Amino acid sequence: MKLRPIAAIALRQLYLMRSSPTRVLSMIAWVAIDIILWGFISRYLNSVSSAGINFTASLLGAVLFWDFFTRVMQGVTMAFFEDVWSRNFINLFATPLLISEYLTGLVLTGVTTSLLGLIVMLLLATWLFGLPFFSLGLLLLPFLLVLFMFGIGLGVLASAMVLRLGPASEWLVWPIPALLSPFVGVFYPLSTLPAWMRSVGHALPPSYVFENMRAVVAGHGYSGSGLAIGMALALLDILLAAWVFSRIYRYAVRSGLLARYSAESVS
Amino acid sequence: MRPGEIVGLLGPNGAGKTTTINMVLGVLQPSAGQIRIEGVDLARHRSQALSHTNFAAVYAALPGNLTVYQNLRFFSLLYDVAAGATRIEQLLSEFDLQRLRHSRSGLLSSGEQTRLALAKALLNKPRLLLLDEPTASLDPSAANLVRSHIRAMASRSGCGILWTSHNMYEVEETCDRVLFLSRGRILLEGDPKTLPQAHGAATLEELFIRLAREPLATEPLAIEAPAQQRDAGEGGR
Repeated sequence: MKLRPIAAIALRQLYLMRSSPTRVLSMIAWVAIDIILWGFISRYLNSVSSAGINFTASLLGAVLFWDFFTRVMQGVTMAFFEDVWSRNFINLFATPLLISEYLTGLVLTGVTTSLLGLIVMLLLATWLFGLPFFSLGLLLLPFLLVLFMFGIGLGVLASAMVLRLGPASEWLVWPIPALLSPFVGVFYPLSTLPAWMRSVGHALPPSYVFENMRAVVAGHGYSGSGLAIGMALALLDILLAAWVFSRIYRYAVRSGLLARYSAESVS
Repeated sequence: MRPGEIVGLLGPNGAGKTTTINMVLGVLQPSAGQIRIEGVDLARHRSQALSHTNFAAVYAALPGNLTVYQNLRFFSLLYDVAAGATRIEQLLSEFDLQRLRHSRSGLLSSGEQTRLALAKALLNKPRLLLLDEPTASLDPSAANLVRSHIRAMASRSGCGILWTSHNMYEVEETCDRVLFLSRGRILLEGDPKTLPQAHGAATLEELFIRLAREPLATEPLAIEAPAQQRDAGEGGR
């Protein structure tokens, strides 16, 4: 892999963000609204509940983690969609760019945009609602890493789907996080779910983050093996996504899909 | 194709000109045959082969939400151009794009977009340049300038150029050799200045019309390779 082509993919996103403040605003605005909304809900629940649960830590913390995952995934897909929207596939894939370089560039873009959202969320949640986020200490790193890796994998997988099904399938990508959220137990323990949903949840890496987060907040400590499983699943997800993307890319070249996209309308 | 040679790829709509170009660009896989660029097999060493080529096509506009400079920077990195900043300045000057460097590409006129596409196509000093109707949306004066520029560039750098166009005057003036395509097959090949006379036509345009209408153009089976040869991957090279 060469550095310049990878830098090109990331630099393009930087150019677009610099020239359009609304892009930056959209990265910040939604996460800020989420944190403020759930911050007040947590505060209200703390005031009326006698269950002894710290809703700020469990509920707002969960929102923050989930939004981070969503931003990572969207960071990758948005960078890919830039090429869909500008019908840039021929220009892009007629260059010496390798698929591995392209995907690395998308990941780099996802890292940058999601970190921006994470910083805003952390500042708001800590400053406005006193979220004891850093009390998680070093555990923060594996929690964020699992979500980050799963977000990258899912973003690449979603991009592969659009490459295969065409630009109009873009609308299938946006609801993916919402569809997954009931299964991974963002706001409730997996034990709440019926058996079949729990099985699905166990196959999804974020469930290990949320189960552990709740355990830590409740003072029960964390499960190292659970986090290791989450990490292994997330890694598997990335490898699978990269494999699927390269297979679909080869199919798109073989079948003429890639060449057709430049002439096809996005709608 | 020989170094410095400008080859015109001619044929009616649907003849396979753009398909041929897409195959050479690596975005469409040939059903048979082999593509070699500077001796490098495209199927086996895609990245290395594509580093020797570049293209400009009317249907592949550069991202309109990037400025002229940003587009050239973006593609110079994709082509892994060393000293990209210097190369970009050379091309901005060569194609008279300096005053437009901060303009968004999507807001440029057709002529300006063509000049930008050509500047992008020369970023990596390709050994093989593919131009798909590069003057299609230009006025006669701008088209003339582009043709002069391309001709001078080909003789100066030794870059081979594959050029598609429906403008027979342009082809006659610019190309050293032409290939008439129909249904993906080469029907005729030769010097555009002598080919019409050799086939009893007064002009290249007349020859084009005749080939597009005559049965020869609609009978690919008459010139199709035997099945065994196709299976062995020897057809369509």
